[in-house]
Amino acid sequence: MMSKRNNRLWFAVFTVPLLFVFTTVVIVPFVIGIGYSFVSWDGIPANPKIFVGFDNYAGLFRDDRFLSSSWHTVEFTLLALISVNLLGLVLSLLVTSKLRTSNAARTLFFMPNLIGGLILGYIWQFIFTDALKLVGQQTGMESLFFNWLLNPQFALYAMVIVFTWQMAGYTMIIYIAGIQGIPDDLIEAAKVDGANLWHRLTRIIFPLLMPAFTICLFLTLSGAFKIYDVNLSLTNGGPGNATELFAMNIFNEIFGYGHYGLGQAKAIVFFLIVAVLTLTQVVITKRREVQM
Amino acid sequence: MKTTSKWLLEILLVLLALLFMSPIYLMLVNSFKNRAELYENALALPSSFSFQYYTRAMEKMSYWTAFGNSLFVTVISVVIVVLLASMTAWMLVRTDNRLSKIIFMILVSTMLIPFQTLMMPLMQVMDWVRTSLHIPMLNTHGGLIYMNVGFHASMAVFLYHGFMKSVPIALEEAATLDGCGKFGVFWRIVFPMLTTITITVAILDVIAIWNDYLLPSLTLSDKGLRTIPLSTFYFFGEFTIVWNLAMAGLVLTIVPVVIFYFFAQKYIVKGIAAGAVK
Repeated sequence: MMSKRNNRLWFAVFTVPLLFVFTTVVIVPFVIGIGYSFVSWDGIPANPKIFVGFDNYAGLFRDDRFLSSSWHTVEFTLLALISVNLLGLVLSLLVTSKLRTSNAARTLFFMPNLIGGLILGYIWQFIFTDALKLVGQQTGMESLFFNWLLNPQFALYAMVIVFTWQMAGYTMIIYIAGIQGIPDDLIEAAKVDGANLWHRLTRIIFPLLMPAFTICLFLTLSGAFKIYDVNLSLTNGGPGNATELFAMNIFNEIFGYGHYGLGQAKAIVFFLIVAVLTLTQVVITKRREVQM
Repeated sequence: MKTTSKWLLEILLVLLALLFMSPIYLMLVNSFKNRAELYENALALPSSFSFQYYTRAMEKMSYWTAFGNSLFVTVISVVIVVLLASMTAWMLVRTDNRLSKIIFMILVSTMLIPFQTLMMPLMQVMDWVRTSLHIPMLNTHGGLIYMNVGFHASMAVFLYHGFMKSVPIALEEAATLDGCGKFGVFWRIVFPMLTTITITVAILDVIAIWNDYLLPSLTLSDKGLRTIPLSTFYFFGEFTIVWNLAMAGLVLTIVPVVIFYFFAQKYIVKGIAAGAVK
């Protein structure tokens, strides 16, 4: 009896400090955040919070800026998903084919990932505005090399490029771990049986890489969908609102326009989409994994 | 035939690596050029190396203050996360009951919540704590560290929880029989065996907290408290057209990251791979 009470006490001593901080920083704001999404409020403490029911949620469907922002986020996420994973996979295959420069190249490919998104965006802002323009003037190919950030469509592509630069090395590391887990004799046996490079890739390597695909798709999907820092420093939503993606739209709605209730409703919808997307994606890819 | 294809791959790899590094090259060379030289040819090497833009950028962005702030906030946050998360995970794994399972499920499922969903209500909560309880949670490093710990807690507990199963329970039982208390068992026996995962947790959190912009931007308003991403933001807003100065500033912000990378590269790559797989 005594020891049981003692165990409970120790349980509390070890877990309560973390759980207290976690509750006040994550759980409480999450719960009252749901409450905020049902009121109309401008963020000034003295002004009243008026209960409006589901009006904020209904209002989302009439908010053109929000709808076009959602569409651009989907477009960006799809493009980023493809380019990050394609490049990451190619890099990992190159780096693991026992070349002389493999180690140095691996180090370089991963480095951009450690630099914060805000700073990456600023570096590329210079490249897209001035360096590209100069290349265009010197080569005469001004239809391709111009200030991408002034064109709504190309500004979105610019974000895909920066995000790829940031994330490709990261997925490369995960794909490398996957490739190194494939036994060499399996590949050798396939070679002896006359399988060419394409067959070795599609019939052996890719199926065995499914766990790595699951992880990489999950990470790029949620990373791309939630992007904010690169968005802020590279385009700041411009030109116009053409590249104002989901996270930035929420931030601007709350802290820019002072629509606290509406913005929080967007934030709740954002959470629901992120949750559904990532859970579905994990379930689908898990099902296709091959057991060795 | 065999060697030709190998050489082609080698060349392809080198070209890709050069392409990958070209933004860094552009940033470096233009941080040394004067205005005329920069606009004449942004791609060329500078004709002379003068560090005048670096000294000016350092001064304009209060570089050493920001560096000290970032270092302080990052180190303290990560140390607290490591201590609290390892203790919590150990108790959750060793206490096999429903409460442990529920706590763990809540921690894991909240990892899906994006920061944007929490930021506004979090600021309201912290503002309430500041005005009603008179605890300065906003515009202080202490408040920022507290929130960093809260945001990184669940991921760290999750990683420790997964690793804890590989720690043999027999040693702990032996120590308990020898009269070792809970704290003794944990700090002398369990924690040292967690070193691998502690490095992973620490590296993931160092990178995330060092580079974080949004949370510090919401909580810190005093100029003297700014971390590196924050001071970069204000500096860049002011000198956006003065590219040579801006590039020198960016190089300065990247230097600590690159140094950290070259010293801890082995652990970083391993830690990233381990953290992602979980």
